[in-house]
Amino acid sequence: MPAALKVEDLTVEVDGRTVLRDASLEVPEGEVHVLLGPNGSGKSSLLMTIVGFSRYKVRSGRIIFDGRDITGLPIHERVRLGLSIAFQNPPVIRGVKLSDLLRLRGGDAYNGALTLAGELKITDFLERDLNLGFSGGEVKRSEILQALASNPRFILLDEPDSGVDVENLNVIGRLLERELKDRSGLLVTHLGYISKYLKPDLAYVLIDGRIVCSGDPGEIMETIMEGGYEKCLKCWKLERKLG
Amino acid sequence: MSEMLEIREKARLALAKPSPYGPDLGLSSYSRVSGGNVDGEELAGQAARVGVDLEGSAKAGIYLQSDRSIVMRAVEESYRDSVEVMGTMEALSKYPWLKDYWWRIVPVDLDKYTALAELEWDQGYFIRVLPGSKVTLPIHSCFLISRDNLDQNVHNLVILEPGSEAQLITGCTVHPNVRKGLHVGVSEFILRKGSKLVFTMIHGWAEGMDVRPRTGIILEDDATFISNYVCTSPVRSLQTYPVAHCIGEGSRASFNTLIYGSRNSIMDVGSMIHLEGRGSRGEMVTRAIAADESKIYTRGLLRGCNPESRGHLECRGLILSDKAMLNAIPELIGETQGTELSHEAAVGKISEDQIEYLMARGLSEDEATSLIVKGFLDVGILGLSGTLKEEIQRIINATTGRTI
Repeated sequence: MPAALKVEDLTVEVDGRTVLRDASLEVPEGEVHVLLGPNGSGKSSLLMTIVGFSRYKVRSGRIIFDGRDITGLPIHERVRLGLSIAFQNPPVIRGVKLSDLLRLRGGDAYNGALTLAGELKITDFLERDLNLGFSGGEVKRSEILQALASNPRFILLDEPDSGVDVENLNVIGRLLERELKDRSGLLVTHLGYISKYLKPDLAYVLIDGRIVCSGDPGEIMETIMEGGYEKCLKCWKLERKLG
Repeated sequence: MSEMLEIREKARLALAKPSPYGPDLGLSSYSRVSGGNVDGEELAGQAARVGVDLEGSAKAGIYLQSDRSIVMRAVEESYRDSVEVMGTMEALSKYPWLKDYWWRIVPVDLDKYTALAELEWDQGYFIRVLPGSKVTLPIHSCFLISRDNLDQNVHNLVILEPGSEAQLITGCTVHPNVRKGLHVGVSEFILRKGSKLVFTMIHGWAEGMDVRPRTGIILEDDATFISNYVCTSPVRSLQTYPVAHCIGEGSRASFNTLIYGSRNSIMDVGSMIHLEGRGSRGEMVTRAIAADESKIYTRGLLRGCNPESRGHLECRGLILSDKAMLNAIPELIGETQGTELSHEAAVGKISEDQIEYLMARGLSEDEATSLIVKGFLDVGILGLSGTLKEEIQRIINATTGRTI
């Protein structure tokens, strides 16, 4: 399978501070990978860089999407190639309604989005100002809706499960499970709840901007549960010494 | 000396008195020669620019003035027992008691512009809604300037008798040939006990026009005044600072303002509410955008002088260019314990985060900016519904779309 997304030796700075160091990963077509790591380890930074946010300055390395180098492309062009993202902390935009964004896709896509909105139980939010007064869980559902509305081939999910109650986790989980069947994705999760639904093919551990480990998601999760990220770090250091 | 002569004398003495706000204008450079007859179709086209639909939509009454003359004034047959609409000159001679309301809320010697409106008075509308009448259809009015460099000085008087309700839409604009000129519009509103007026004013001027509205409102017990002001096209200078006196118990005044300054426009737009009645309420919501080389001042003053009065002022401003300037000046004056006044003001540029967030939904940078700007000038704050809301949205889309 060719790689849908390939990140090659990516080093990224934000306001002069290095947030990613030589990070590489490869998500083959049809697979979902998961990024694990402690707070501030660079998980969200990696997603924001892949989408192309200007604060995230690529110092070296490349991002290849569908065989094409997209490192220098503006955000909307990446999105038009089939990339999409559900943000963790989206900004409030007064006066712009969720429905304004969904309508941009035209009639049929809008109807599809309305169906999704119903499933995600956020129909009531369509005419409200974007993210204004949304609860944590409501933000997640609105983000997932928007990310899926463009009918992407590759979806980046930044902590879709944080701040979501059990009932809604089930709603989000089942929906994403279905929607990711024929798509590829990269998932950031802190807690791993959502992994039960998405069953990622591969996991990475990101610590201090470095990918220190990759492997079977179940095994890695177990290791983290037992010994925390400290254990991952020790293991990585050990490997490097031996190598 | 008769009262009217006294007023004229006061005006004469104030003719050189500058306003503390806005650029000071010399009054001698304008012409008093008005234009000829305006073609009806053309007039309708211009009126549509400022939300006044002369032919299509149902309305309770209409008042139309071009330069110094009344072109049309009429009341729909089914509303003849509810509303009166006529020119103020006719009204003052028909009802001698009206002189007790003339220049009572706006002082004639406020500044040189009010003085000019007295000494070179060019009509204006008199609208009276009779006691208990609920006028469900809007009353439309429109002031047009058809001749270049004219000064048009109108004086309006609106009385809502006890328990009456109405909606008034006033559009002010110029003929496409007009590049410069002066519009002075004095408006005095008397809202009697339990009455309610929604007053929506839409301005569409020319780049060389100077505009000086002077507005005063008196609210008796349980009266409600809602003002919506929209100006999104360029102007040379616009300065207005309407004053509402909530003297009645439970009276409420609110000012909603949407302004978009472009090119070299200077816009100094404020509102002032004196909360004098027990339990009176005041509210101001302003959205201002400063683009190109425009300068915008948004002023708001809430004065609480009764223990149970409450007021809130909100102003948000966006600056779209490094050569533009936006100055938000909120002021709260509490003159008694127990009045509750608050304000929030925020001025800044569109955040990069917002633009990039929308780009991540597939919009280009320009499309994202345009969507944020349109959203920012949110017609939702006007509390209007139906055709007028859509009409204002259309005007905003047209002007902001052109200038971005």
